[in-house]
Amino acid sequence: MTELILTVNHQHFSLDVPESRTLAEVLRLDLGLTGTKIGCEEAECGICTVLVDGIPVDSCLFPAFKGYGKHILTIEGLAQNGHLHPVQDNFIKHGAVQCGFCSPGLIMTSVALIDACPNPTDGDIKTALKDTYCRCTGYSSVIQAIKSAASEMRGKAALPVNEPVVEDTERIVGKSVPPYEVRDKVTGKARYTDDYVFPNMLFARTLRSRYPHARIVNIDTSAAEKLGGVHAVLTYKDVPGENLHGLVRRDWPVLCEDVVRYVGDAVAIVAADTPEIAAKAIALIDVEYDPLPVVSDPEYAHDPNAPHVHPGGNLLKHIKVRHGDIEKGFAEADVIVEREYRTPIVEHAFLEPECAIGVPEGVEGHDKLTVYVGSQIPYQDREQIAQAMGIVPDQIRVRGTLIGGGFGGKEDIAGQIHVAMLARVTGRPVKMLYTRQESLIFHPKRHATIIRIKTGAKRSGELVAVQAELYGDAGAYASLSDKVMTRATTHATGPYVVPNAKIDCYAMYTNNPPAGAFRGFGVTQSAFAVEQNMDILAEQIGIDPMEFRRRNAQRVGSITATGQELRESVGLVQTLDHVYDDMRQNGTLQWSWRDGHKAYGWGVGSAYKNTGLGGGAPDKAIAEVEAFEDGSVEVRTSSADMGQGLAHVLAQCVAEEFTLPYERVRVLLSDTDLTPDGGPTTASRQTFVSGNAARLAASTLREAFTRTAAEHLDYPPSELRYEEGLLHYNGDHVEFGDIVRWMKASGIMPKARHEYWAPQTRPLGEGGDMHFAFSYATQAALVEVDIETGEVHVLKVVSSTDVGRAINPLSLQGQIEGGIVMALGNTISEAFIVEDGIPWTSTLSRYKMPSIKHTPEIITRLVEDRVSSGPYGAKGVGEIPSICTAPAISNAVYNATGVRIYSIPIDQDALLRAIKNGHEEVHTTWSDVR
Amino acid sequence: MKVWNRYHTPSTIDEALQLLADYNGAARVVAGGTDLLIELREGARPPQEALVDITFIPELISVHQSNDHVLIGAAVTHDQITKSPLLNNHARCLVESCGVVGGPQVRNVGTIGGNVAHALPAGDGTISLVALDSEAEIILSGERQWVPIADMFVGPGKSLIDPTRDLLLGFRFKVQAGKSASAFERIMRPQGVALPIMGCAVSITLDDSSTIFEQVRICVAPTGPVPSRLSEIEDVLLGQEASEERIEAAISSAYDTVRPRTSKYRATADYRREVIPVLLRRTLHTAISRARQGHRD
Repeated sequence: MTELILTVNHQHFSLDVPESRTLAEVLRLDLGLTGTKIGCEEAECGICTVLVDGIPVDSCLFPAFKGYGKHILTIEGLAQNGHLHPVQDNFIKHGAVQCGFCSPGLIMTSVALIDACPNPTDGDIKTALKDTYCRCTGYSSVIQAIKSAASEMRGKAALPVNEPVVEDTERIVGKSVPPYEVRDKVTGKARYTDDYVFPNMLFARTLRSRYPHARIVNIDTSAAEKLGGVHAVLTYKDVPGENLHGLVRRDWPVLCEDVVRYVGDAVAIVAADTPEIAAKAIALIDVEYDPLPVVSDPEYAHDPNAPHVHPGGNLLKHIKVRHGDIEKGFAEADVIVEREYRTPIVEHAFLEPECAIGVPEGVEGHDKLTVYVGSQIPYQDREQIAQAMGIVPDQIRVRGTLIGGGFGGKEDIAGQIHVAMLARVTGRPVKMLYTRQESLIFHPKRHATIIRIKTGAKRSGELVAVQAELYGDAGAYASLSDKVMTRATTHATGPYVVPNAKIDCYAMYTNNPPAGAFRGFGVTQSAFAVEQNMDILAEQIGIDPMEFRRRNAQRVGSITATGQELRESVGLVQTLDHVYDDMRQNGTLQWSWRDGHKAYGWGVGSAYKNTGLGGGAPDKAIAEVEAFEDGSVEVRTSSADMGQGLAHVLAQCVAEEFTLPYERVRVLLSDTDLTPDGGPTTASRQTFVSGNAARLAASTLREAFTRTAAEHLDYPPSELRYEEGLLHYNGDHVEFGDIVRWMKASGIMPKARHEYWAPQTRPLGEGGDMHFAFSYATQAALVEVDIETGEVHVLKVVSSTDVGRAINPLSLQGQIEGGIVMALGNTISEAFIVEDGIPWTSTLSRYKMPSIKHTPEIITRLVEDRVSSGPYGAKGVGEIPSICTAPAISNAVYNATGVRIYSIPIDQDALLRAIKNGHEEVHTTWSDVR
Repeated sequence: MKVWNRYHTPSTIDEALQLLADYNGAARVVAGGTDLLIELREGARPPQEALVDITFIPELISVHQSNDHVLIGAAVTHDQITKSPLLNNHARCLVESCGVVGGPQVRNVGTIGGNVAHALPAGDGTISLVALDSEAEIILSGERQWVPIADMFVGPGKSLIDPTRDLLLGFRFKVQAGKSASAFERIMRPQGVALPIMGCAVSITLDDSSTIFEQVRICVAPTGPVPSRLSEIEDVLLGQEASEERIEAAISSAYDTVRPRTSKYRATADYRREVIPVLLRRTLHTAISRARQGHRD
């Protein structure tokens, strides 16, 4: 130990800390400054950025003693005397904060930039923030916020906020109020799971399989148990209840007993005094494996001779869509296009790695076994923990913390069950934080697919038939594969009227990492194929690709391939019109042109995506609203806000119904003891279902208010009027809190609960309403291809999205921009590579998500074709922006170069070779470069 | 995870050498640490008992001119290089290459000495030092000496010096007289590990009439296990007219003579062969135009 002297946020410190510490560790562990987040420990993501003598550094890789004598500025040191720094303030104003986990890093990097460069251009910003990632916003709002802050700091006016145009607004609905708790997210106060510390807390690690497929012969934990500082070493023998979990099908062992099915399968868990001891202990566990043949490809998995991943075989599900008469359809077709497309495994790369903390019953403030976790489905976590622990769910409390991004990747069980087990065994709080590298190999990803699709149309431009065969790589465990691949199948005709369809999808078990939910839920994959076939057909028929889409677009009255009549809220044609308008310059649309060695092209794609679970699944959410004597209202539901902004949507709905100022509404989410079940945060459903539940609970409570007030004031209820938190009557008014007191005095609890059931849906194959609403989108991408190097840049994306109704236009735009940039990553840079079951993508440095450098100019237009059952007409928006970007970019590359991309991410290497050799098709991708 | 125990910040070269000697192989030199610490974390190297941080030694963090040489300390950061007026004037290729290494956070900490000591076959800063015909100052087995930069690279990831005993002190190159200029460009891919697919640095001197190549140095990498000059191409240009035809002739000779290899998940040999001429053409044109415009580099 040596004394470490440094200044942090203008305060002088002399610390007695180990020399092995990094600066991030000193800040977080020794000084409790948890505003600095750790995302990768590889100097890749930049979210741990702090300023050392004014210079941004990655604190996770900066030895603390390198900072000896220096001045460190962290996110906590920016605001002065309660006044936000202009960068913090402008991040809020411009909607540049979603999950908030990366916000401290982005803000610190931006502060240093403006100090060095008071009037930064877009180029300066893109250079300075190149390695500071954000997975939520898509960066457009970040750029605008920085420019605005810089302007203010130069003594000039802030820049205007780029909000999308909306049709009309209610009092609060339709207005861009700031997200809930956003101030905490820009000041470093916001707490994510790893920021929680409990007295006597132990630290846990998981021993994971090194083999993609192997029999476990023996597990010897004796050496680990003997290591000083180790408090528990648990294996399958120690799982008190059922040793299985799984959201749809319980096939995933809590701790593997006889077989491991992928690299990353959990075999043993350890709790120790420090994370280092826990890591040492898992290295001492000796597992004897007998390797088994590996199934590494979904088509091979279907081969009758392939080894079985699970005893029941490798076919997880065969999903069928049958519509019309496929043979008759193709017989009517003048032009038929049949192609094969491939999409890779994609990683969510939420910036907060998974973390869970188990606190046993009896620890202060915990009257039952409690699990803290940032989860998309708290109630199902509780059920799955209970099942594995062999206790009833009511004996467990799941407390949701803030979530640093989810995108579908925080639906399955991660460490929830493990920490519950360890907490119970040790009687102490236990924290299990995954490293980035562990997160990468462990959690379910986007399904890789192989899609063979045949599309037929008449010379007139009328689609007549689609036949498709899809293979989905479900990986080692079912997770949500059944549902995801069903969505890929049912959406495989695209958002068009196709009278004849025959689609077969095979979701196959393999020894790859499990695949599950990921924003777009299977539809991103089928859209990549569907929308390119549309362009190929349009070219062969000789019709403009947008006109071709318009001619076949779903409209009110159309029947989908699953036999559903669309009765309302089908805004696809308007999205096409918007995009067509925005693509044209001076009235004309040029699809492609050349300038020196640069080739430019526009490409278009359209999509639709269901809101809600559908397929006959009971789809409900419960919300509770309670009023308090101080005039505030709290809305409670167990639905997750992972940055998408559900909390403010709920607050807006409640404030609207109550005619209350937005600031007077509090939101409590995801606590299974205090908040009723809002169901899973998936399928773009929460604004619709929890929004409706909150709205209707608020409306019920308001009626009770009115009754009490009318009685108390002896005034006709119909003449009572609510305005800005006051009740007006007869030229006078009473405070909101007074009515609460009157209710309590007469024994009425000032709260209401509403269990909202979404409209009934029907299972696939039965016809009728498979879903209660669909969102629509069209996007066009402008790309630049360097024909000397094959490099592809997306310059601009023009989007229009039918969302039913914009509850909060700025945060809605954030969903759209973030979704587009995420999908751009899917097209240009992202692929999770697995070699014979062994992940090559074992570090973040091997997985490139889009940085601010990749952010194109994005135009966001909205269509508000309201759905009658949605809150104020709203339907889902979480996923629809991520679906048509990949085909739009691929179509643009074709229009620019004449080379069509059948496999993503687009490989500049193969593209250049195709251009040079005069080939028109690229079927390989980056992972084929060997 | 604890990957080092002790962390030393000596303020003189002697103190650093003494520490290394005292630990007798159990300590290792670190500068920015942006590569080394990741390798330690990932287990690519065993944990170290001690790290000896040389960035607190004043003479290792300075950039200055001494007579006809420019000297760059080994612990000078990439960011310092990009902002140095001296290097912007005399070593544009180095400025350009150091400006694209990693992101700002890495450039603020990572050093040019670390780039060379890491001995990657295509380190961005490294190939510019090669094109500038630099020398490295080292203390090798206790002996302080200057060696040609090319001698620093023994193999992929392996440099001449033993980081547990020796020190890399800095670099120097000659200020070029007359109409001299340099340029750097590289090609990346947006997927996977951020290593260049191909990088190219050129440094040229034209005669007084701005028409004849008096000096040409070209480093294109990776084209072999260690970064080296493309002397065949240099020879095609040397003493010749700086014209379109000559450059194209040199480029086609590169297409025929340079045999890059396929690197898994980075680039095919065919792709690399296609882009080498593109990089040569772009950098040579930039350098010629700079030399003619009288930018001293």
